[in-house]
Amino acid sequence: MVAAVGILVLVIGTLLFHFLSPWWLTPLAADWQSLDDTLIITFWITGVVFVVLNGFLIWVVIKYRHRPGLKAHYEPESHKLEWWLTVITTVGVIGMLAPGLWAWHSIVTVPEDAREVEVVGQQWNWSFRFPGEDGVLGQVGIEEMNPANSLGLKADDPAGQDDVLVVSGELHLPLGIPYKFVLRSKDVLHNFTVPEFRVKMDLVPGMTPYVWAKPTVAGRYDILCQELCGIGHFAMRGSVVVEEEAAFDRWLDAYPTFAEVQEMAAPNVAMGQAQFAVCSACHGAQGEGNVLLNAPKLAGQAEWYVQRQLKNFKHGLRGAEPSDAFGMQMAPMAATLADDAAIANVAAYVASLPDFLPPATVQGDSKRGQDFYVTCQACHGAAGQGIWSMSAPRLSRLNDWYLVRQLQNYKQGIRGAHPSDLHGKQMRLVSGVLRDDQSINDTVAYINQL
Amino acid sequence: MAYVAIADRDHEQHLHDPQSFVTKYIWSQDHKIIAIQYSLTAISVGLVALVLSLSMRLQLGFPDTFSFITPGEYYQAITMHGMIMVIYLLTALLLGGFGNYLIPLMCGARDMVFPYMNMLSYWVYLLSVFVLLSSFFISGGPTGAGWTLYPPQSVMPGTPGVGGGIVLMLISLVLFIVAFTMGGLNYVTTVLQARCRGMTMMRMPLAVWGIFTATVLGLLAFPALLVSGIMLLLDALAGTSFFAPAMLSMGEESRHAGGSPILFQHLFWFFGHPEVYIVALPAFGVISDLVAVHARKNIFGYRMMVWAILSIGVISFVVWAHHMYVSGMNPYFGFFFATTTLIIAIPTALKVYNWVLTLWRGNIHLTVPMLFVIGFIFTFINGGITGLFLGNVAVDMPLSDSYFIVGHFHMVMGVSPILVIFGSIYHWYPKMTGRMLDDRLGRIHFWCTLFGTYAIYLPMHYLGILGLPRRYYALGDTSFIPDSAQAMNAGISIAALFVALSQMIFLFNLAWSRKHGKPAGGNPWNATTLEWQTPQTPPVHGNWGKDLPVVYRWAYDYSVPGAAQDFIPQTMAPEDVPRDVGSTYDGREGAHA
Repeated sequence: MVAAVGILVLVIGTLLFHFLSPWWLTPLAADWQSLDDTLIITFWITGVVFVVLNGFLIWVVIKYRHRPGLKAHYEPESHKLEWWLTVITTVGVIGMLAPGLWAWHSIVTVPEDAREVEVVGQQWNWSFRFPGEDGVLGQVGIEEMNPANSLGLKADDPAGQDDVLVVSGELHLPLGIPYKFVLRSKDVLHNFTVPEFRVKMDLVPGMTPYVWAKPTVAGRYDILCQELCGIGHFAMRGSVVVEEEAAFDRWLDAYPTFAEVQEMAAPNVAMGQAQFAVCSACHGAQGEGNVLLNAPKLAGQAEWYVQRQLKNFKHGLRGAEPSDAFGMQMAPMAATLADDAAIANVAAYVASLPDFLPPATVQGDSKRGQDFYVTCQACHGAAGQGIWSMSAPRLSRLNDWYLVRQLQNYKQGIRGAHPSDLHGKQMRLVSGVLRDDQSINDTVAYINQL
Repeated sequence: MAYVAIADRDHEQHLHDPQSFVTKYIWSQDHKIIAIQYSLTAISVGLVALVLSLSMRLQLGFPDTFSFITPGEYYQAITMHGMIMVIYLLTALLLGGFGNYLIPLMCGARDMVFPYMNMLSYWVYLLSVFVLLSSFFISGGPTGAGWTLYPPQSVMPGTPGVGGGIVLMLISLVLFIVAFTMGGLNYVTTVLQARCRGMTMMRMPLAVWGIFTATVLGLLAFPALLVSGIMLLLDALAGTSFFAPAMLSMGEESRHAGGSPILFQHLFWFFGHPEVYIVALPAFGVISDLVAVHARKNIFGYRMMVWAILSIGVISFVVWAHHMYVSGMNPYFGFFFATTTLIIAIPTALKVYNWVLTLWRGNIHLTVPMLFVIGFIFTFINGGITGLFLGNVAVDMPLSDSYFIVGHFHMVMGVSPILVIFGSIYHWYPKMTGRMLDDRLGRIHFWCTLFGTYAIYLPMHYLGILGLPRRYYALGDTSFIPDSAQAMNAGISIAALFVALSQMIFLFNLAWSRKHGKPAGGNPWNATTLEWQTPQTPPVHGNWGKDLPVVYRWAYDYSVPGAAQDFIPQTMAPEDVPRDVGSTYDGREGAHA
């Protein structure tokens, strides 16, 4: 009897949980009602089976539980009953399979008017590429990849010249237009998932699988990697913004084509030096940093990283948070740089400054810090040298007090809070490994030794 | 020379009678001792996996509280937890443990046909466990590639244990497969060749059918894992590129080119899906016997059950790519594999019906094994149903790689077989030791396990429908996951701790009852099958004394009308069957009476 009551409690509990739990499909934002419908049909059919079978089980356990004098019925088999059960089960299976295959047919059939966008995954970032005027994505190769051509386009392929390169984890899409997502991985397996779009597919190096979706609801949605891709898997985030076509066009126009990237004049170090005069007031003439002014050492940092941070400051991705007092000081300074060319010039000049080892100021247990650094080194390198393909800057030979402050800022959500600052978001996730100030100090103490 | 069945030349057989403590309990060739060695090793390594799962659950439930697990360690924990549970616990325990113990006893054989190879099988298995666990103690630790070990990630920097961990994992798997093959050939040959007189195939208990079919699946499926493991090992060590195309690694071109990551996935799941049934079929078989014994009724639709086991076994080889719907393989494969996968649901559903129909009009003794039977039927209905979601390609797409799949496979392949294992241990412990396990502790253990595991896995399905991704060290900020989901995650972790603690009741019961349990006698459940008819309990070496048993009937003559008792042992000749006064029953096998 207790057994029957126990199972009854579980069945009723399951039904209550099903109807009362606050967790259900995210609001659909693409034209995939057919997938949701198949799911609902499956819930109904299997739900009935669940209740009927368990109900029968409960009834049987109550009715035929052992009592003195009870003898079991003897019936080895019943062809008729087994036949009927087979037929009913088959009908139920067809009821689920048919709408499922129907929906799948839509999944594998990309509409003729679908536009293309390439989704590029790498450990542990996203970037994107639009095919440009000709509608054709140019050829790519691993051997072409370098900091100036991170998507690896082949310079001699005419189809690639007008490709628009979005080297950023934020993708915009126009409302109501079907898009075929061509998926490419630079390194290991990844998976392109937007929960609100329902579809997902792996990115496989050496292949270009695809899925398609027609976004139907404007908004900002998360892109998640859902294929284990190494230690930073959980922090491989992007976002997709669905908006009116006009806004989308404006957004896309801001990104350069491959031809424009190639033609971009080499940065002018001399002009960068002139503009660096503003910077040197705080950061020092040689970019050596000044702890009293809270200005970190710049010399020795990678050019691409200085560029990205200047743009972040300028466009409000960094230094806009009111609690980030020092970032708030930096943002207007970056705003004095007129355009991307000016930023490139300053970054080139910074990269030309002579590097040196700043004094250590942070005390900590570097042995313990070494254990924490195992996580950091997956992106920043075993020697803290920074790895461009991971979008991870150099950590060694920076001001240690600056590292401590940035780690604290990440942990407190002062840095990396802007929805478009996806690298910052990644650091916020990963800095969760360092639970307290002591752990931060220990890690920085270890970095000091690199 | 004409072939003479093993049972007909019993007097010619030389048993390797143990001469000393060492040959009796350590280098033993007795299938019963080997079974216990396998079981204890599997349970011990399973406890390691249990502890690993708790460290994962603490991180997931309380991501800002504990500082003892980093992302790298988290991925190492999920990898080792999964691999240990699937291979080194479930496969080893169900085949190496139950297979070894039950096959000779239930078939009426004196031992496995190749006892020496059987002994070697255990020792190579033990070696594979040591190799696996040794990766915890090397620099860099075990691999964190996920239990599926997908390349190229598993052999490239950025994944924990990329140096030694993955190599030790692959070597350990190769050793395990060697061990399994030596055991598996034994199980198959013993079932086919060493059954006693009268034990036709269609008189075998379903436990033997399940273990036998699972072993055949294993012998056909493990080679796929073996070759993919060796090829991956070459990719990792020798610079080959079977599974590794040209790619970027740490900002530089890797030394690989031309390989196919999807090829590995096909090989892995060609093994991996039958592996699900390698675990499930023995559980299906064993549960069929438990339900019949404790409901005092023959298993309903025995022939249908045998055909269901066989057809599930065959179909299980053509469903593998349902694990790969979103892998980037040709999407048109989805039509084929969704169809085969939903077809396999039909024989599986029939098995569930037949278990419930066996209880129907039965005489249900709510013993501890019967409680586990009922718990298993409930969890298996649940896990089977969610399989219909994931097998159907269009429903799978939103749910794939989410908490839903974690909930599904833990219900269907974790909790369900483990409930069967527990039920079986409560059922056969009296035969193995001569003493009953404590009944009250068994009931407490059952209810804690059933409710606790359901509290863990039911909510996961709903978190998965919401879109929570699996294999995430921390969820962080997203636009679609509410705080309540994190609260649920914390609740799940508390339930997991509770379940883990309640297993201590079971371990205590195992140890305590060994000395203090009620004496069981030879056949405490009044069961029909041969293992309960041995002259001694626990059975001694050689199992049957001077003469092999002779079988007169199928394994399910319970509550035969006209018979005086509610069970007739398989060894009882028709003329010896005590009958009710005035009955016309002639004592023949009930199925054909």
